Order: sequence, then structure tokens, then C-alpha cells
Amino acid sequence: MNPSHPEDITQHVRRYLYVFYALMFGTIVTVGASYIPFGNREINIGVALFIACSKAFLVAGFFMHLISERKMIYGILAFTAILFLGLMTLTVLSFADMPHHAFAH
Amino acid sequence: MDIPYTIEARPDTGLYNAKVGIWLFLASEVMLFGALFSAYILLRVGSADGYWPHGWLNIPLGTVNTLVLITSSITTVMAWASCKMNQFGKFKLFHACTLLCALMFLGIKSYEYHDKLTHYEFVLKDGTFADGHIVKNQLTQQPGGLYTGYALIKGRKVEDERELYDLRAHKAGPHEELRIEGPQIVKMGSYGPWHNTYTALYFTLTGLHALHVIGGALVIGFLWGPGSRMWKSDPERFTNRVEISGLFWHFVDLVWIFLFPILYLL
Repeated sequence: MNPSHPEDITQHVRRYLYVFYALMFGTIVTVGASYIPFGNREINIGVALFIACSKAFLVAGFFMHLISERKMIYGILAFTAILFLGLMTLTVLSFADMPHHAFAH
Repeated sequence: MDIPYTIEARPDTGLYNAKVGIWLFLASEVMLFGALFSAYILLRVGSADGYWPHGWLNIPLGTVNTLVLITSSITTVMAWASCKMNQFGKFKLFHACTLLCALMFLGIKSYEYHDKLTHYEFVLKDGTFADGHIVKNQLTQQPGGLYTGYALIKGRKVEDERELYDLRAHKAGPHEELRIEGPQIVKMGSYGPWHNTYTALYFTLTGLHALHVIGGALVIGFLWGPGSRMWKSDPERFTNRVEISGLFWHFVDLVWIFLFPILYLL
């Protein structure tokens, strides 16, 4: 739900600024972490995707107000999430057909 | 005929209609980009050993572009908050910043595209590879595919093509001016979408994203310019329009949050 009273908005504006700082910080951390040799590339990929997901949560949750939306929106997004996860599951399952060299990078 | 529920919430959904509409649209957009991300994963995992590029893109420029998009996201949400607080002047200011950020993002992206399209790889008859930016192009391709003339490039020569793929592992030395003779060339091509799987994915993903930036900027530009007249006649409806365009803009930012690490950093 969106804030509708000016006092609520002022409170939200402060929150938007914190999210903005967090996103900026997250970007710097993403770049910095990509230069750290964690041992294998999978860990680097995992770290980068974890930070990206955290940033996406902040944008969707606060800038797009998903943290307090109506049920209707959650319903639409639940369907999308199911289809998206299905797509990614199919992608991962298809790895079984890949030649063995495929997981080197 | 009046469009219903442009301001007040529809009783069954609890939302004004445009908001339901934009979320349905964004849901379809998630699937569009999801399919492309799926293609990226498949092609990357299936690529031959040592032939997935690393370090081909300019990380400082990509980082600046990420920061620019994040800045545009905060100015977008602040523009909407300004409308809610009845501060039309601030709305104009914040959305002018959003538009500037959009232009800056597209400017940097264009520079990056230009850099890739003027960057060439040459496969030479002696089995080596020359790689660099064209300084002078006097090459002519004959009907049989052979080249005559010469090209001057600023770059380097390598024995193993894989040295051109992982630029993080094989640090490129200083680039020098090289003269490539046409008859020595077996094959040549720029780093456009046709170069390899990686550049095809890079141009497709970032190109589609850039189209979204252009679309979003056009809508925001309209609301900032001629569309802002509605503020006087129907401020609540105008505020809702700003919110809808903002939701789209945040989605564009969200997509870039994933594109940046997978294309530039990993």
C-alpha cells in the first residue's frame, strides 16, 4: 500500500534514501567481490548473485512498494514466480545433457 | 467516455486499474528477460573450455552506469513522493534528473557499443591472432574472400586465441600500432553481435534493456513535459501516472542489477 498522508510520505522519503545508500554500497561491494579469488568461480558467481538478489529485494520491496502491497499484486507475482522457477528448473535439468566439460566455467 | 477507476480503487481488486495493468505487464516482462537469462545460462555452461570471455567489458564504465540507474531510481520515487506532497516544482526537478540519468546511461552504453564495433580480431595465415582497434582501414575484400591492402590497428598479437578470451587471467601488455597486410588475413571481424556467443548475448540483453530505457525515458519525458498539464486539471490521476511510469522504471533498474554482474564481472 502506498503512503497517502504527507507525514507518511516524509517518513518514506527517509527510507528511500537509506535504500539508495544501500544500493550504492551494494554495487561497490559487487565490483570489489568480483576481484577476490574465492577459490573457484562458482563461489564468485554465488556471491555476486546473492548481492544482486539483495539489491533487487530493496528495489522491489521499497521503491516499488512490494513490501506492503495489495493481495492482488502478490497473486500476479506468485504466478510469475511459479512460471519463472519452472523455466529455471528446466534450464538446470537440461544440464544432464551437457558434456562433462561444461561445468568448468 | 471516462476510463473507470483511474484514481479510486476498484472494489474487487483494491487498486486503481492502471496499477493492475502495469503489474501484469511487468509479470510478462519478467518472463521475457527470464527466457533470455535462461539462454545465457545454457550457452555459458555449454561453451567450450577456455572460450568463455572474461574481462571483455569496461568495468568502471559498467559500474558508473549501474550507479546512474540507481540514482535515476531514487529520483523517480522522489518525483512521485513530491507529487504526493503537492510539490510540483520538486517533481519537475527530480524527473529532470531522471531524464538526465537516462541520457547519461544511453550515452555510456553507446560509447561501449562503439568500442566493441571498432574492435577487430584478425586470424592470420601464420596461425597467430591480431586483436585491436582499427586506426586506419585500407583493406578491400576480393570476390574470393581474400583481402588486399592493409590495416593499421592499435592492439597486440597472440599465438593462442584463448589469451584473447580471459583478459583477467592473461593481462594484455601495452598495445602497439600493428600493420596487418591484407593477403595475410584468413578471417577478420569486429566484436559485434556476430563475433561469438558472448557478444551475441551481450548485445541482445543490453540492447533489449536499452530499448526499455528509451521507452521509459519517453514516457517520463512526456509526463515531465506536455503530460504535466494534467497536474492542474486532475492532480491525483497525474500522480498515479507518475507512479505507474516509476514502477516500469524501477523494473528497468532491477533488470540491470542482474545484467551488470553476469556480463561485466563473472
